[in-house]
Amino acid sequence: MFQIIILIALACISLSMLALLYRVIKGPSIPDRVIALDAMGINLIAVIALISILLDTYAFLEVILLLGILAFIGTIAFAKYLEKGEIIEYDRNK
Amino acid sequence: MIEISKIIAAIFILLGAFLSMVTAFGLIRLPDIYTRNHAASKSATLGIMSILLGTFIYFYGAHGHFNSRVLLGIFFIFFTAPVSGHLISRAAYNTGVKVCGQTCRDDLKTARERAAKKARD
Repeated sequence: MFQIIILIALACISLSMLALLYRVIKGPSIPDRVIALDAMGINLIAVIALISILLDTYAFLEVILLLGILAFIGTIAFAKYLEKGEIIEYDRNK
Repeated sequence: MIEISKIIAAIFILLGAFLSMVTAFGLIRLPDIYTRNHAASKSATLGIMSILLGTFIYFYGAHGHFNSRVLLGIFFIFFTAPVSGHLISRAAYNTGVKVCGQTCRDDLKTARERAAKKARD
């Protein structure tokens, strides 16, 4: 029963990732695509948590924190690139 | 004890999966980027937090394994997901992405015009 509930949740998350992929492909502006990719990264965290429940191991739970940090850094870098045109500024008087 | 923790974890996981579906429908159906960002940053954050809480409860109840990394992941996502939503929405506004046609007032635009006028005088 618990296994079936986990599989149902995995199916829901996979469907929502497909919908987010539709937004990444179609999205009219670039920030749309960045938002959808951020949400996809966050959904991937949920997939990892559910798969580690299905496999009944807690060896993958470090990946959750790692993916959270990577999704955050990627979105911040994209936001800064869109706003200022560069990610790391070399000019100090800017 | 194990069955109770499994039931509680299943409730949290189903709630999180439902909220994830809500995020996907919001990103497909809403008209412009700001409303989409509203849907994505709030409901996705709550859904993932509840799925991670279900995972934590499952491993703590069924295995007796207190995994502090999952708790740290919950706190980290709670702190950072709204910040990244804010930054990407601000970048969209500054690069001139249009709001949808049903929006009737833009407070940030009038505030910026007022600030620019005050700086000129």
